[in-house]
Amino acid sequence: MSELTLTVMRLGFLAVLWLFVIVAVQVIRSDLFGTRVTQRGSRRNADARPQQARQTPAPPQQRQQQQQGGRQRRGAPTKLVVSEGSLTGTTVALQGQTITLGRAHDSTIVLDDDYASSRHARIYPDRDGQWIVEDLGSTNGTYLDRTRLTAPTPIALGAPIRIGKTVIELRK
Amino acid sequence: MSVVTNTTTIGAIEAPSRRNTELALLAFAVAIPVFAYLNVGLALDGKVPTGMLGYGLGLGLLAGVAHLVVRKFARYADPLLLPLATLLNGLGLVLIWRLDQSPRLIRLAELSFGVFSPSATKQLMYSALGIALFAAVLMLLKDHRILQRYTYISMAVALFLLILPMFFPARNGAKIWVSIAGFNVQPGEFAKIIIAIFFSGYLMVKRDALALASRRFMGLYLPRGRDLGPILGIWALSILILVFETDLGTSLLFFGLFVVMLYVATERTSWIVFGLLMSVGGAVGVATFEPHVQARVNAWQDPFSCYATDGACQQIGDALLSFGSGGTLGTGLGQGNSDLIGFAANADFILTTVGEELGLAGTMAFLLLYGLIVERGVRTALAARDPFGKLLAIGLSSAFAIQVFVVAGGVMGLIPLTGMTMPFVAAGGSSVLANWALIGILIRISDTARRPAPAPAPSPDAEMTQVVRP
Repeated sequence: MSELTLTVMRLGFLAVLWLFVIVAVQVIRSDLFGTRVTQRGSRRNADARPQQARQTPAPPQQRQQQQQGGRQRRGAPTKLVVSEGSLTGTTVALQGQTITLGRAHDSTIVLDDDYASSRHARIYPDRDGQWIVEDLGSTNGTYLDRTRLTAPTPIALGAPIRIGKTVIELRK
Repeated sequence: MSVVTNTTTIGAIEAPSRRNTELALLAFAVAIPVFAYLNVGLALDGKVPTGMLGYGLGLGLLAGVAHLVVRKFARYADPLLLPLATLLNGLGLVLIWRLDQSPRLIRLAELSFGVFSPSATKQLMYSALGIALFAAVLMLLKDHRILQRYTYISMAVALFLLILPMFFPARNGAKIWVSIAGFNVQPGEFAKIIIAIFFSGYLMVKRDALALASRRFMGLYLPRGRDLGPILGIWALSILILVFETDLGTSLLFFGLFVVMLYVATERTSWIVFGLLMSVGGAVGVATFEPHVQARVNAWQDPFSCYATDGACQQIGDALLSFGSGGTLGTGLGQGNSDLIGFAANADFILTTVGEELGLAGTMAFLLLYGLIVERGVRTALAARDPFGKLLAIGLSSAFAIQVFVVAGGVMGLIPLTGMTMPFVAAGGSSVLANWALIGILIRISDTARRPAPAPAPSPDAEMTQVVRP
């Protein structure tokens, strides 16, 4: 066996061994840096950031759902944006998953709002991919535009949904 | 609020089980040893070794079985523990096989035993048995808290296992072996798991008494005299092991394990201070009158002064020379001369082969692999929800860590050399079996820890929602 081949194999083996170590560390990266939070909105509310950090929108589930959800329709909303309230600027990607809103800690968007109920409302796609908002029996109600919701209602693109002091809307 | 009960399941997020990550890493972990095998074969004979396919398939089969068992019985277990253990075991097999090919070692074995028997096949058999034990642990141990019931039984069993080798003849200067029907078992390896179970069960009950009933003196919390009983007992036991079995490694392992678990259970630094003082005192005391230990200490202090006269010095000296000639990147697998160490080259001294043939870079990678196993164990302890599981995970991972430290430190000349095996890598059936069982228990605890909690009770929030007044 030529000297060169052996040298290449020797260094190659060390490289592969270290590659394994690095891959293993990558697997546990989330232990070191926490879960990754998806993109934030504008930079206006820089001082409101610390509060937003609490509502990490469960990335693993989104990824799973994305694979199962299939293709989205044309013209369908792709993200949910908080436009008023303490979480202004937060966006959540819409990937076919149900989004729950409320003060409960396991909500997708945890509202830090005294006027919101712990499980206030949910937003989910129906079978055709149309996004629906449903009030979950909240104390103060959920408003789409200016009307208080009594039944699950389809959401138009850009229509403001008001929950307590928070306003959210769906955007492309 | 009646609607709330209907909606509690909506937000539940299914935690990823990460079994596919584990499978991918496992495939990687099988491929690396096969590459190493090819590497050794090409370096030694200049051709692809004949057993490569069988070896690769065998290791792959073992890893596959282990993975399926984890997938079935511990769905949420940590994804790293199994691939790391498999990789270390596989690399150990390659290193042992590489040393089996050494003409020097074959001649040495023929001189001393009359016949040379390759260790790699035996080690492969023990690895298979180890994985079977691992699978059995996962299948039979549905919940690690069952072990808590056997706190005092495990104390008795551990004591029995530790005392047992005293009644068997010493081998190579240390009484750590039990010979039954031709099989040589090292009961200390199994005792380390069993005693970790005892310590966890015991400390879980006694932690408050040990942590709170204490006086403050010079910034240290001094425990009451009667609470000192257990630590003194364990200390006395480890000294007895040292004196009667002349086994520094096991004694260090047990005492160190107890101090670590005591510290974790009580959060009192004073235990660490006491433990260090007591172990140093004990070790120095024993080293002054026990010739076997004394020889080891002398060999550690200056191996080259007695290199030609004393076997222990020669081993350490050879090990240091071996690490030195490896340099940064090593000589390449199959191209070193670490077999010059002769006796125990593929057991206690296997790290020297890593050091010489893979160099500093390879040794560091090995130590990092061990470090990652320990890290996953500690992480499991952090995530565990019950105090017994926490203590057991810490105990098992620190036993693993202490063992690696004791043997690697001994071979590298950091501490006096003691007879212990490098977990998973060194040749030795008891060690492989015990460490697979240890990984099995850690995987069981991590499965319980990472399993999603049952849905919380409805409306956990203390504050009520304010009502908007029109």
